[in-house]
Amino acid sequence: MPVMNIIQAVNDALRTEMRRDDTVVVFGEDVGKFGGVFRATQGLQEEFGSERVFDTPLAEAGIVGMAIGMSQNGLRPVPEIQFADFIYPAIDQLVNEASKMRYRSGGQLTCPFVIRTPYGGGIRGGHYHSQSPEAYLIHTPGIKVVVPSNPSDAKGLLISSIRDEDPVIFMEPKRLYRAARGEVAEGDYSVALGEAALVREGGDITIIAYGAMIPTVLDAAEKAAAVDGIDSDVLDLRTLMPYDIAAVLESVEKTGRAVIVHEAPRTCGFGAELAATISEKALLSLNSPVLRVTGFDTPFPYTLESEYLPNERRIRKAMRDSMSF
Amino acid sequence: MSDTIAGIIDEKGKVRSGAVVPEIGRDDLIRLYRAMLLNRRVDERMLTLQRQGRISFYVGAAGEEGAIIGSAFAMQDKDWLIPCYREAGAAFLRGYSLTDFTNQLFGNSEDKIRGKQMPCHWASRELRLASVSSPVGSQIPHANGFGLAAKFTGRKEVALVYFGDGATSEGDFHVACNIAGVYKAPVVFFCRNNQWAISVPVEVQTASETFAIKAKAYGIEGVQVDGNDVLAVFQVTAEAAERARKGEGATLIEAITYRQGAHTSSDDPRAYRSEDEVAVWKKKDPIDRFRLFLVDQGHWSAGQDKKLEGELNEEIQTAVRAAEKLGPPDIKTVFEDVFEEMPWHLREQLDELNETLDSEVE
Ligand SMILES: Cc1ncc(C[n+]2csc(CCOP(=O)(O)OP(=O)(O)O)c2C)c(N)n1
Repeated sequence: MPVMNIIQAVNDALRTEMRRDDTVVVFGEDVGKFGGVFRATQGLQEEFGSERVFDTPLAEAGIVGMAIGMSQNGLRPVPEIQFADFIYPAIDQLVNEASKMRYRSGGQLTCPFVIRTPYGGGIRGGHYHSQSPEAYLIHTPGIKVVVPSNPSDAKGLLISSIRDEDPVIFMEPKRLYRAARGEVAEGDYSVALGEAALVREGGDITIIAYGAMIPTVLDAAEKAAAVDGIDSDVLDLRTLMPYDIAAVLESVEKTGRAVIVHEAPRTCGFGAELAATISEKALLSLNSPVLRVTGFDTPFPYTLESEYLPNERRIRKAMRDSMSF
Repeated sequence: MSDTIAGIIDEKGKVRSGAVVPEIGRDDLIRLYRAMLLNRRVDERMLTLQRQGRISFYVGAAGEEGAIIGSAFAMQDKDWLIPCYREAGAAFLRGYSLTDFTNQLFGNSEDKIRGKQMPCHWASRELRLASVSSPVGSQIPHANGFGLAAKFTGRKEVALVYFGDGATSEGDFHVACNIAGVYKAPVVFFCRNNQWAISVPVEVQTASETFAIKAKAYGIEGVQVDGNDVLAVFQVTAEAAERARKGEGATLIEAITYRQGAHTSSDDPRAYRSEDEVAVWKKKDPIDRFRLFLVDQGHWSAGQDKKLEGELNEEIQTAVRAAEKLGPPDIKTVFEDVFEEMPWHLREQLDELNETLDSEVE
């Protein structure tokens, strides 16, 4: 199997689906000739022509609105929003239109499109090139949210997202774009939406995370095992809506402890939802409160971003706090 | 040059036939020139620092100094300037110091915005420079608010807002022009048509004949100006500001110019545009042209130019040296400025962070 980074895996997934299904179209700012500011769509216009791969005017509401129309009328659009931070001009189209189309038409009209968008910090991008807006989207009934953490999942999940019948926001961990490398299956390959992956098996405590936090969590887990004597399960959720509740409960019921890690701010973040659900469904299995290690409840800072982002120290401290509760 | 595009000096620095040179004294002409040259030299130096990894990011304005500085020069100090992200030159002309600018690039302990934003995202309430923000076009509607607040409280201020050609595709641009038309807002909408929005050329941005023509639909004035002619830019902006100040409403100015460099330090334009195109526009360079004009008018000489270059170089060196020595802002600044007062949960999160930083983990 070829070794790829996440950019290459995304490109490969798009190519694979565009070859298989000629209703798949790609558009957005700078995605055509240039191949995207992160080069994820490089070479696609050459192969598929400028009717299927094209640049748009600088208008996110227009891009998402167009995807909504196309997807109701026979196409499978996979637009790119250049940075997740710039999805907000399109928020009305997502929250009031795309997400409710199936519901408000009694199931007659649907929006099978995928918005690909790079998210997250750690690239010295300050407020507007670092945000993790998943909570706003998960909070909107009718939208699926998928976040891969490695090249193989990026390909498999993107292909499943394109084949899905509902609107999917596919959040790509930009910090890992070139840093995460691994083997990726060639050709048609998919990873089902809604299934978490147990990426480390321990037994003392469950750490739940996704996307760009996975390598950080795995490092912390190894260090905790070696230094603190805490052996953890690490669950990579991969799909945040709908998420794999069975996998979460299975691990938490085994360990009796959970730490949730995400880089988005804490208040009303996805960790809050997970913590509430775990306590509703597995309270009697818990030996300690569910803890969260998250970005702080501030805008994403520039200079002190490493202090802002969950890191190994903070994760290990939460693990120790949970164990010694 | 088409006769619908305002222009005063040509590419050789000569006054165009029939054009009237605005009345600007020698000192002010030199001030304009100095600001343009400073902008260019700061950009060059900072882009080098970025390549050396000493700052993380930079946005240059090479080729657009005439548009940026000519327009700012037409405004009064009481008028708010609402920048996009490429208008450091306007800030310098207003008096924003190179020291403040450089500290912001480094996001250091003396940074006036306290390490909160990426390089080139400054703000100065004192100088009436609104806060730079990356999202394209989002600042345009604010101009109506700045302008109308002054109008409603009887102050004769005008707000000038900068944006690129790409920004005219965002809803915010259209919303803002429409509102300005309805309320006759004292606003100047200043579009730097630099031909490119990262890799997207103007033809993909609009099917309108010009950007200025969009004004018509909103009932505001629209004008095109040679954006590489600092005097023409000054002239049309001064006229637009005058109309706005008299209560006659807003103007959309389209300054036709060119982004000579990369979109930002993260971009490589060789992947999407030809070197020939760049070369054609470099011949229309706003600084070269203005220098020729000044020399031609007997206001400037090669010797003075050399001296000025030396001064600017020194100024930039000093600012960089000082800024680079300073450390990061204090940890607690991450939690400050979210609200006027820090609520309990942020105090708790600050304590938690300090505790982790102090804790003995290897
Ligand atoms: C809402 C939004 N979408 C996308 C981007 C990414 N982006 C940054 S600058 C830019 C192009 C802007 O072009 P233009 O408005 O012409 O201004 P210029 O940079 O050429 O001065 C893009 C697409 C952004 N910053 N904000």
